[in-house]
Amino acid sequence: MTASAPIAAPGSASATTGAVLRRLSEGNTLPVLIVVTAIVAIWYGFTIYLNAPWQIDTYQRTGAEWTAADLVRDTMAQERPVLPAPHQVVAEIWKTVVDVRPTSNRSLLKHAWITLSSTLLGFAIGTALGILIAVGIVHNRAMDKSVMPWVIASQTIPILAIAPMIIVVLNAVGISGLLPKALISTYLSFFPVVVGMVKGFKSPEAIQIDLMRTYNASGPQTFWKLRWPSALPYLFTSMKVAVAISLVGAIVGELPTGAVAGLGARLLAGSYYGQTVQIWAALFMAAALAAVLVALVGLVQRLVMHRMGAKP
Amino acid sequence: MHSAQNIVEARNVSLTFETNDGPVQALSNVDLAVRRGEFVSFIGPSGCGKTTLLRLVADLEQPTAGELRVGGLSPEEARKARTYGYVFQAPGLFPWRTIEKNIALPLEIMGYSAEEQKRRIASTLELVNLSGFARKFPWQLSGGMQQRASIARALSFDADLLLMDEPFGALDEIVRDHLNEQLLELWARTSKTICFVTHSIPEAVYLSTLIVVMSPRPGRVTDIIESPLPQERRPLDIRESPEFLEIAHRVREGLRAGHSDE
Repeated sequence: MTASAPIAAPGSASATTGAVLRRLSEGNTLPVLIVVTAIVAIWYGFTIYLNAPWQIDTYQRTGAEWTAADLVRDTMAQERPVLPAPHQVVAEIWKTVVDVRPTSNRSLLKHAWITLSSTLLGFAIGTALGILIAVGIVHNRAMDKSVMPWVIASQTIPILAIAPMIIVVLNAVGISGLLPKALISTYLSFFPVVVGMVKGFKSPEAIQIDLMRTYNASGPQTFWKLRWPSALPYLFTSMKVAVAISLVGAIVGELPTGAVAGLGARLLAGSYYGQTVQIWAALFMAAALAAVLVALVGLVQRLVMHRMGAKP
Repeated sequence: MHSAQNIVEARNVSLTFETNDGPVQALSNVDLAVRRGEFVSFIGPSGCGKTTLLRLVADLEQPTAGELRVGGLSPEEARKARTYGYVFQAPGLFPWRTIEKNIALPLEIMGYSAEEQKRRIASTLELVNLSGFARKFPWQLSGGMQQRASIARALSFDADLLLMDEPFGALDEIVRDHLNEQLLELWARTSKTICFVTHSIPEAVYLSTLIVVMSPRPGRVTDIIESPLPQERRPLDIRESPEFLEIAHRVREGLRAGHSDE
């Protein structure tokens, strides 16, 4: 037994390496890594290309001697670059997330939380509103004819145009703070829910509807036992879209209001003072937030669909 | 004609659909009486209105003329009194419910107690030989088993009348033979009245005590045949007996006569 151990060890080590390689090639990890590497490489290329003119200008003004290596190094270390290098953005995120107390005004986490709270409130109201409107549209012919065109028309108005109006009008009636911002998220997020749920509530087959009729089932019974469970897959798909645009709505809601906090405020402040690194850091935080929110909805979807007996 | 013995009675029943191409007469002057406990097949080519007639009985469509009584009531009253169970062409099971929960569906709607639901689920599952599959989801069952589950669902609330619209139409012949045998057995055990729509002559002759032959354009009844075959036990090989072939021949003649009118 002891004699065979030294022989077995290298064998098992190469076996684990093989397993890791196999998992890499079969799973999503490798393709994702390749794409990320490519994006980062292209990004660095553009960083040098876009920041070089200003850097060369600076060299000429100061009359400094410079080499190509200097240029590459310096384009990635500007304070207000046209395009910050990835590592500058990462450093900024690190600085504002880890190095700062979460309660500080300089903490990106605090700003993210402020935006997240109005995103979630707006998303919740938007989803509930969307479901209610869809129920009305499916059960009432008059609503089907009259409401749906307005729902669609509402989305043709640019949100940037209507956001300040909402804030101003609500302020005039004494509502300020979280709710006006959340309502802008609601304005965007109810739409995919309405469209998805109208389709979902109409998705039961004709024989399933007939079946409920042969049982003399009441309206609420048909709704809760047939239409609602049939519509659930549509609900989750809609909610994935809705939660992402809720975040957009919350950020847009922070732009025209002169908000002092939130990712939108960070973006605005960054653009006032030419702090491109700060802008990019806020953008990445927003993207990460959206990814987490969509993934969470997806997780709930998987759990619910599993309980509803979906094929694995 | 009104008689307590008759569970379905149709007098001069007609149905005209209004379509964009003008009115289409789906059924024309149908007269029919189905006695309690009978097994009636409606047979005819597609478009002869056999499914429509079943849907009229079930109050899923309304006649434009004539009178229809189901268990002595109007079809609407009969539906509201839950007089019948309906089996559709497709199983139509709810995919998010297990088999036992699918069978519980009508029981929940009709307000049976939890205990009573459990008892009825167990007994109907046994009736259709699906006892081991209560906790399975529909997609885990074959097509034939799914259709048996849908029959169990229609039987669970113990209606006197079972309306079946080509329930085995989508299944292969071997499964179909097997289910036909089981259906006859079930009919003998439960003393229900069954109205069965089919376009298969052997199926109609094998199953029925009464065969209603229909023809299209407009849909109408062309022949009603009382089967002389024994009601009690019908082994599958009865289909080779001279009596069987004679009835099958008469049904075929009826179908052909309906076609030659065109």
